[in-house]
Amino acid sequence: MSNLLSLITFIPLVAAIILALLARGDGEASQNNVKYLALAATGFTFLASLMLLSGFEPNDTSFQFVEERSWLLGMQYKMGVDGISLLFVLLTTFTMPLVVAASWNVTHRLKEYMIAFLVLESLMIGVFCALDLVLFYMFFEACLIPMFLIIGIWGGKERIYASFKFFLYTFLGSVLMLVAMVAMFADAGTTDMVVLLSHNFGSETLSVAGFHIIGGAQTLMWLAFFASFAVKMPMWPVHTWLPDAHVQAPTAGSVVLAAILLKMGGYGFLRFSLPMFPVASDFLAPLVFWMSAIAIVYTSLVALAQQDMKKLIAYSSVAHMGYVTMGIFAANQQGIDGAIFQMLSHGFISGALFLCVGVIYDRMHTRDIDAYGGLVNRMPSYALIFMFFTMANVGLPGTSGFVGEFLTLMGIFQVNTWVALFATSGVILSAGYALWLYRRVVLGDLIKESLKSITDMAPREKMIFAPLVAMTLILGVYPALILDIIGPSVAALVETYHSNVAAHGIVSSAASTASH
Amino acid sequence: MIASDFTTVLPEVLLSLYAMLALVVFVYTGKDRHAVLSIWLTSGVFLLLALVLAMGTPTGTAAFDGMFMDDSFARFCKIVILLSAALILVMGQDYAAKHDMLKFEYPLLVALSVVGMMVMVSAGSLLTLYMGLELQSLALYVIAAFRRDSARSTEAGLKYFVLGALSSGLLLYGTSLVYGFAGTVEFSGIMAATSDGDISIGLLLGLVFVIAGMGFKVSAAPFHMWAPDVYEGAPTPVTAFFATAPKMAAMGLFARVVHDAFGGVTADWQQIVAVLSVFSMFLGAVAAIGQKDIKRLMAYSSIAHMGFALMGLTAGTVFGVQAMLIYMAIYISMNIGMFALILSMERDGRPVSDIASLSMLSKYQPLRALCVVFIMFSMAGVPPMVGFFGKFYVLRAAYEAGLAWLAIAGVVASVIGAYYYIRIVYFMYFGADSEPLDTQTPRRLTLILVVSTALITVGAAFSLFGIEPLAQLAAESLAN
Repeated sequence: MSNLLSLITFIPLVAAIILALLARGDGEASQNNVKYLALAATGFTFLASLMLLSGFEPNDTSFQFVEERSWLLGMQYKMGVDGISLLFVLLTTFTMPLVVAASWNVTHRLKEYMIAFLVLESLMIGVFCALDLVLFYMFFEACLIPMFLIIGIWGGKERIYASFKFFLYTFLGSVLMLVAMVAMFADAGTTDMVVLLSHNFGSETLSVAGFHIIGGAQTLMWLAFFASFAVKMPMWPVHTWLPDAHVQAPTAGSVVLAAILLKMGGYGFLRFSLPMFPVASDFLAPLVFWMSAIAIVYTSLVALAQQDMKKLIAYSSVAHMGYVTMGIFAANQQGIDGAIFQMLSHGFISGALFLCVGVIYDRMHTRDIDAYGGLVNRMPSYALIFMFFTMANVGLPGTSGFVGEFLTLMGIFQVNTWVALFATSGVILSAGYALWLYRRVVLGDLIKESLKSITDMAPREKMIFAPLVAMTLILGVYPALILDIIGPSVAALVETYHSNVAAHGIVSSAASTASH
Repeated sequence: MIASDFTTVLPEVLLSLYAMLALVVFVYTGKDRHAVLSIWLTSGVFLLLALVLAMGTPTGTAAFDGMFMDDSFARFCKIVILLSAALILVMGQDYAAKHDMLKFEYPLLVALSVVGMMVMVSAGSLLTLYMGLELQSLALYVIAAFRRDSARSTEAGLKYFVLGALSSGLLLYGTSLVYGFAGTVEFSGIMAATSDGDISIGLLLGLVFVIAGMGFKVSAAPFHMWAPDVYEGAPTPVTAFFATAPKMAAMGLFARVVHDAFGGVTADWQQIVAVLSVFSMFLGAVAAIGQKDIKRLMAYSSIAHMGFALMGLTAGTVFGVQAMLIYMAIYISMNIGMFALILSMERDGRPVSDIASLSMLSKYQPLRALCVVFIMFSMAGVPPMVGFFGKFYVLRAAYEAGLAWLAIAGVVASVIGAYYYIRIVYFMYFGADSEPLDTQTPRRLTLILVVSTALITVGAAFSLFGIEPLAQLAAESLAN
């Protein structure tokens, strides 16, 4: 199957087109048709992506399942996956059927809703598979359109502000990346990422308008990419769009945002910043470390003060992404392994937490923490599941959250002990806000009149959580499942990175100039 | 050889003969009863000419002692002009019928202005250029004021005329300076006069005036003031025409003058054009934010787009011209789609143009709303729509010419501009309910809207329908 990647990428899009053209009417029967078609399409995509997994050869660190066709302007339509991107594709295809299932009660413009999510799935998979610079940018940017509409049409009260902020913030970041891509195209003469990965971009000190730029072109390009990925990730201090977007987005939108869209930033760092601009990465890594450490401590403290459950989880996402950026730029096997692991595990855990909020929001139509309390009395299974994911969010050993945090901390400890110290305090803080949230919402006596008739989770809801619980547990006790796949690719990445830094790095070149 | 000269200008001659003949025939037969026939006939002639131009190979000759060029560049521009003019004419028919604009002269005036545009993009000397420009402008002044009973339309026509006359004056003054210092108005002669890379101060002054005059015609900031008022005041079909074919013609003219005549002194005009480009991009983006009228908004949007097209031109390279041509073709196809919507915006049979009237269009006209979403994101430059590729081409052209700052300014302006494009999406999808627009829209407009949206959306998958090599051929034929 030489077209497997294209097939996986475009099945959801085809399903969306079928929905757009054929689905008619607002009756219950037609709504059911829409839902089942969306579920079938996402489910089938997931099965197809399992074939990808079974055919993948982990010890081969080059790109696999590569497809290539020529396109305009000397660009290609080129797709392929390696150990780093494969699991993100699977994360996407795994999450989307759950997202569709979690949206079973949506009735407002259901057809358009499902179309938006299906289109979004295609674009997200495309981001992780694209091996051409411009193709990557196309998928990366196009994701904004469905997400903008999802927040804007199906969002909460402040949805318009949130959607505009989301769109313009991320758009500004990405257009700077576009200029850098144009520069890379001009410099290397190709947009083929496989070629670009082995291309050496200039790192001689440049002088632009009187400023001496250490690391030269690499630093400028690195900063342009950083503008895009740091916003997407999001890193402190450009994270402010995320809480707004999360709070206003519908539950399924929050899940996609937290579980997949944020990971594009981390994936971008791994695919572009680190391997393509090693000198600049090496030079600017301390900046990333401290931004990450501030993010972890600061947003954890902010999370403590939140009244809105979704906002709290959103801030906790920013904190957890801090571990990821820190791990990536630690640039050693543990750090990057941990970063990827953390991203995948955060995909399951934060997705599940947003679904947990969705469960009670569907019943009470409020996300205010004060409106709840004592849910354990009437919703025992909900209390159990919520506790499980709260613990995973805290990073309890035995859940996948622990492995990611531990590995990234281990990675950063070898590089910068002080940053590791600050970052580790985030683990304690996360226990603080997460357990406190749990206590206020679930534990205690059920005294609020409005909660007296609340019902426990329906079988459909439990079914949605089952795979997430399973993944979080399995990865928690047997992380090798992931590490065996990503390991060889990460090892290759780390090795080329360090040899490039040694060959062209600022420290070494400064030393060689001194010796002359 | 006079005979071969006339063969070269045959399309222009035929089109002018058609316009004059049809004018006489219609006057003596049915007058306005034949208005519809006049529209279709003129469109048909446009299409036929476009076909003839596309089929034949450019002779590459300069007729009339170099006054008139027939090369791939001219053909590319002419085909774009003819096709867009034909489409816009047909699109305006329903509007004209409803609002008492169904007069047989209208298409014929458009035909005459198209003759002017064809001469403009083929110009081989500053005088030919001026002749074409004036023929085009005079016809445009008249159609801007075509609704004689409407104060706004006549105001638009008058404003356009006064400012247009001013810009023509500037252009002519510049031409006289160039003639005085270069001793010729022919492009090849000017090229020879500046071949050593040096430009005398008088010639430079002439160049500045010529560029200012052309800046008016492409509505580049700071010579843009007429555009919003004229766009708003003119009848909508006329606005649609203004936003498309004349822009292509003026950009073609611009490229011709700076490359064919002043190609030897790129550095001298590059800075001027770069400034025009930056001003236009930012002014178009910022000034459009506060607009309430969609026609005014389209005026500012077109100013911003002209800024991007000029960015391609600023590069001063063959690739830059190619990027500009592709950008213009994409810009025109997006505008045709957008005006297919604006032409059908009516409430109780009266045309409306405030943006808020689009509120919740997605509820009662989901298909049209969806199309506009695609067009808006394309105009904002979001992939995978073709608008992104237009921007990508000009950015690359600017970057490769060492103008990285211009590219960065451009993308920042495009983010500001994205705000008002997605604001339209906001009105259509998340806005408050308001009194709906009439839903009885002419099927023709819906068809054009859907087709242009489809082309914009899937264009990337089909390598922009092969426009890239054509534009390259055209750009290479321009002397540099």
